[in-house]
Amino acid sequence: MIVRRRGLLGLGLASGGGLLLAGCDRIAADPTARAILFKGEDMQRGLQRALTDRDALAPEFRADQRSPFFRPNGTRDPGTPEYGRLAEGRFADWRLAVGGLVTRPLSLSLADLGSLPQRAQITRHDCVEGWSAIGKWQGPRLGDVLRVAGLRDAARYLVFRCADRYGGAPYYESIDLRDAFHPQTILAWALNDRFLPIANGAPCRLRVERQLGYKHAKYLMSVEAVASLDGVGKGRGGYWEDNVDYDWYAGI
Amino acid sequence: MAPPPPPGTSVFRHRLATRVWHWINAVALFVLVGSGLGISNAHPRLYWGVYGANWDPAWLELPHFPGWLTIPGSYNLAMSRRWHLFFALVLAFALLAYMIASLVNRHFRRDLALRRGELSPAHLAEDVRDHLAFRFHDRDDPGRYNTLQKLSYVLVVFVLLPLVIATGLALSPGMNAAWPWLLDLFGGRQSARSIHFLTMAALVGFTVVHLALVILAGTRNEVRSMLTGRWRVPREPAA
Repeated sequence: MIVRRRGLLGLGLASGGGLLLAGCDRIAADPTARAILFKGEDMQRGLQRALTDRDALAPEFRADQRSPFFRPNGTRDPGTPEYGRLAEGRFADWRLAVGGLVTRPLSLSLADLGSLPQRAQITRHDCVEGWSAIGKWQGPRLGDVLRVAGLRDAARYLVFRCADRYGGAPYYESIDLRDAFHPQTILAWALNDRFLPIANGAPCRLRVERQLGYKHAKYLMSVEAVASLDGVGKGRGGYWEDNVDYDWYAGI
Repeated sequence: MAPPPPPGTSVFRHRLATRVWHWINAVALFVLVGSGLGISNAHPRLYWGVYGANWDPAWLELPHFPGWLTIPGSYNLAMSRRWHLFFALVLAFALLAYMIASLVNRHFRRDLALRRGELSPAHLAEDVRDHLAFRFHDRDDPGRYNTLQKLSYVLVVFVLLPLVIATGLALSPGMNAAWPWLLDLFGGRQSARSIHFLTMAALVGFTVVHLALVILAGTRNEVRSMLTGRWRVPREPAA
């Protein structure tokens, strides 16, 4: 009898656990609970930034520590006619527009990017899914480009728009000035000493090394300095942030 | 020494800090395991070393965890992460507060510190025999934790929970820049991810045994003592 009662209890615990798990979905559907849950991102960002020097560097690696094959993810080829034409011309006609709250809007070719002081770094790319790949990236620092363009005082965020489209709209991402002027934040046009392959974001992608992979916008077309993210996309700072609740701060 | 309290006597066993932490920790672990399994489904492969992706050899390919084990109940990496990263803070700061409180109220010293002779093979063997006979309490001092109990609590509080928190932090690219030594300690991010998973499995193993022993020791009495602090000395099989 006692054994049976204990067995029932165990069963009760197990099914109670199942109910609790289902209860979590009910909780997440409640707007207040959801708002509290989503505050976790602000807390993590606040804590991390309090612990991290502004210019603390992401770990860099030796050449022999690189992944044998650098896994591409997300869009492997934007596949639009405009992008196809650019790729056919080996991106000779590609220009990166730097605009918004700047005193001197720029239009930069690949050669322009190559003529700025370069930074090369072997860093680890961490996908939000959990995998990591290590590769060598090269390009000018975003901070140097922004200094040439002359950022206005009102600018708070940089918005990156891409050639690949998701649901009809261009992929986009955004970072704040702290990451924009970080020494490892570069506009990379080379991966492992070769021009960026199309699968990895040719001709140029953002590297923002202290955050997860989806922040590293590929197929860059423009960089826009803005005062607020409110008017951009759905206002949450990126395609994934707008559409599937990814964190805007992806340092964790 | 005071005479041992006879069976049926109600004694005060768990201080407030212990009880509050126990339940916060139970909720946090529950949410973290469920959401963690949801995150695992996004890339169910574990690697050793600094990198690891689909073309690299995995040491373990995990199964797809079904919806009745994950938070949320249908695959949603973004929401699993929201749950996980919020309750990670709950787990870490609750543990910190509990550790400080348990130093101040001497819970660690009084209840968890091993006494002379407790680790001797003879004593451990006796403790194992007592467990197999469902005798969990010292007749002379029934409120005391037995040695295996102490060892498992010490393992959870001072090894597994700190380890699961530290390996979790090592997965964060932001923290890698802040504390690169943490990453080196675990031998790279993918190693840290593997250790994070294994530590979770150990914590789940502890929880299963813990719940089984709660049931065997008397669910109502044990749960009530963790709610009110008061515990009734049970009648146990004779030695």
